[in-house]
Amino acid sequence: MTEIFDLALLESVMRALTPVLLAALGGLLCEKAGVFNIGLEGFMLVGCFAAVAGSWFGGDAWIGVITAVIAGMLMAAILSFASVTLGADAIIVGIALNLLAVGLTSFLVRTVLGAQGTFQDPALDGLPIFLSQSPLTYLSWALVPIFVVFLRRTVWGFRLQGVGESPSAARSLGVNTKRYQHAAVLASGALCGLAGAQLALGNVVLFSENMTAGRGWVAVVVVMLGQAAPIGTLVAALLFAVTEAVGFRLQGLGLPSQFTTAAPYVITLAALVLVSVRRRTLTVRRARGTNSPAPSGGGATPPVPTDPATRATVSQGENHVS
Amino acid sequence: MTRPLNGGVTAGRPQSAAPGATTVEMRGISKWYSNGVMANDHVDLVLNPGEIHALVGENGAGKSTLMSILCGLEEPTDGEIRLDGQTVSFSSPVSASEAGIGMVHQEFKLFPSLTVAENVAFRAEPTRLGMFLSRREARERVRELADRYRLGVDPNAKVGQLSVGMLQRVEILKALHRDAQVLILDEPTAVLTPQEVDDLFAVLRELRDAGRTIVVVTHKLREVMAFSDRITVLRDGRSIATLTTSETNPAEVAHHMTGRDVDLDGRYNAGSPAGVALRVDGLFVQNELGVMVVSDANFSVRHGEIVGIAGVAGSGQTELIESIAGLGGHSSGVVELDGTDIHQLSAAERRRKGIAYIPEDRRGVGSAVTASVSDNLAMGFHRRAPLRKGWRLDRAAMKRHSADIIEAFGIRVSHAKVEAGTLSGGNLQKVIVGREMSHDSAVLLVDQPTRGVDIGAIENIHGRLRAYRDRGHAIVLTSAELSELFALADRILVMYGGRVVAEYPRADATEAKIGLAMAGITQQTLTGSEETT
Repeated sequence: MTEIFDLALLESVMRALTPVLLAALGGLLCEKAGVFNIGLEGFMLVGCFAAVAGSWFGGDAWIGVITAVIAGMLMAAILSFASVTLGADAIIVGIALNLLAVGLTSFLVRTVLGAQGTFQDPALDGLPIFLSQSPLTYLSWALVPIFVVFLRRTVWGFRLQGVGESPSAARSLGVNTKRYQHAAVLASGALCGLAGAQLALGNVVLFSENMTAGRGWVAVVVVMLGQAAPIGTLVAALLFAVTEAVGFRLQGLGLPSQFTTAAPYVITLAALVLVSVRRRTLTVRRARGTNSPAPSGGGATPPVPTDPATRATVSQGENHVS
Repeated sequence: MTRPLNGGVTAGRPQSAAPGATTVEMRGISKWYSNGVMANDHVDLVLNPGEIHALVGENGAGKSTLMSILCGLEEPTDGEIRLDGQTVSFSSPVSASEAGIGMVHQEFKLFPSLTVAENVAFRAEPTRLGMFLSRREARERVRELADRYRLGVDPNAKVGQLSVGMLQRVEILKALHRDAQVLILDEPTAVLTPQEVDDLFAVLRELRDAGRTIVVVTHKLREVMAFSDRITVLRDGRSIATLTTSETNPAEVAHHMTGRDVDLDGRYNAGSPAGVALRVDGLFVQNELGVMVVSDANFSVRHGEIVGIAGVAGSGQTELIESIAGLGGHSSGVVELDGTDIHQLSAAERRRKGIAYIPEDRRGVGSAVTASVSDNLAMGFHRRAPLRKGWRLDRAAMKRHSADIIEAFGIRVSHAKVEAGTLSGGNLQKVIVGREMSHDSAVLLVDQPTRGVDIGAIENIHGRLRAYRDRGHAIVLTSAELSELFALADRILVMYGGRVVAEYPRADATEAKIGLAMAGITQQTLTGSEETT
């Protein structure tokens, strides 16, 4: 066991964690605002390319990071314009953007960077490393408590959650729901841009076609698994990162690579199933606990009710922008 | 003189008690919609501080439009609104709310996962350092308001777990938190149990006595008479009369509402029941969550008899009716139609055997709102001659079929091709009632036949149900209105927690007895089986 778990493993867990966590925090904001954002993968991939291109032409990794953030936000702007302003289905737009990102970056790596499939150059500036982690990793950790405070304590975070839960209720109180949704989607673009920069300038220093390899999708799942709470999202992202890191290590020990590469996705799937099964049993149990007819003696005189008869069904409004 | 009110927000003015006692005058309000419909035609309405003012009228009389204008949802085409003599114009509900006008809509606009205090404070949050939410302050404010007006709401309760009556109070609190001097409630009693209605009006009286103005939009005459101080009647977009409640009577109000004399609630006349048509024995129903929603239901309904089922919402009435119709969850037990067990049959087979069904949800279940009235009337008849001709539909026969029902049931449509969804609630209900009665089935199941339907249509539907019974059909009826059950039913069953807990012949039934049984309190053990068989 000692061959598997050591300091190097911890470092590779952290490396696997950062991009997923950053993207998932973006997804979390959208989820809270009631926009189901499945474009994280595409935003991140465009972020990867923009980071490399920015760093290459700007000569500095930080220029790359800024470019990545801007590129991620541009992608996000398409989603927010289409789904929030025009009212298109966010899922369909998200899928389109993911497809666009793959094609666009493959095309640009050829035309702009003049490389086939993968662009790599010793002169390409990567992110600085402190204590074997990039600054973006520390930023991602810092964001978790900031998110907790933002969502729980600030007026904006409070209203954002209201907007996501019941847009019609928020609107009736004079909240500009679209503004909150635009802001959340754009912020997710920025965070995915950071995730892409971490992936292309932190974890490795190169760009290759489709290099996100499903991490954006994992981030989508992580948000669900973490029930759109910052700490929950961190834990879920960590579960994925550990699986990925251990998988790599096991690969080194001779396990077939297909098996270890698939592991994170299998784990994610299994966790999702477990969580939803658990949630369903809870719902049923709660329903049984409050609504089932009281077991009355002989059916003649049921006991006096303890709780008022009608359970509320508040209109949840539109849960997601569509 | 215009006091412009912008759409901006001042977060929760904790302007303490001393109410500003606002007088509202709406003068010559008109509203034309772009499609040429005139919803309000020079309507006048004066609201005095410290009164409960009932705004009554049939569906389509323009009540909702008038209140939408007052609360800033819509702008009038013509006319003016004055608050204490000053002309105002509202660009949005927020600006109306800043001027002290709050509205409690029929459909609550709340956040289920947030607490009462959070819901009340939303968008008018008490803050610290300008950006941090002070939940403690919000809680205290809500507790203070709830105590002062005896609302009995716990500020920490999760809204998603409250009863409908409580949700309504949260909405009232929202308006009070924003310091509403004028509180408009749109059909506030539609979703409440009789007990909750009394509680609500106790709260409203408390608010009135504190100098606030209460407007209740309603079409329920009984409540209007019992709780209002003054009444304004609208009809066809015009204000017909403003009456002082103590100096008028229900018949006069109904006359103003409809423009003719109305037989209020109809008088009950006894049916003459014959043999058993429908027998339910040991019926259990589970919903899709696996929860038992109907337990051990035993009763029978005779030809020429209306059996009413009372109970607070969610006591299993709807599930019972659905189950007899062959819909809904998993069920076990015996359902016999004229002596043959139909429990194993599908909904379509049951219909063929002689069960017709008027569901509670007339837009979602009872009709296809995007289809024409004619198509809606053909449903259920389309598989048989004369509407079916070989493998295709006979359009000419369909036309005759729909024309017959439209004529017989007095459905007001310009044309049978009109989309059913554009009909008013009462008119659409007539379409459904007409279709189901035309099946001439032995048993008719009716779930909430007149919910949200105006007086004229109620009278019409009640008359038809009685006539249908008198032709020897059996009717099972549920209603949230006890008065409706008393007007129609020959026998009343009461459901509580999925069980039939009491049964009264019409002669023995009183509102008090049934009200208690609806809360699960009953001395009477189930004597139903001896009684009916």
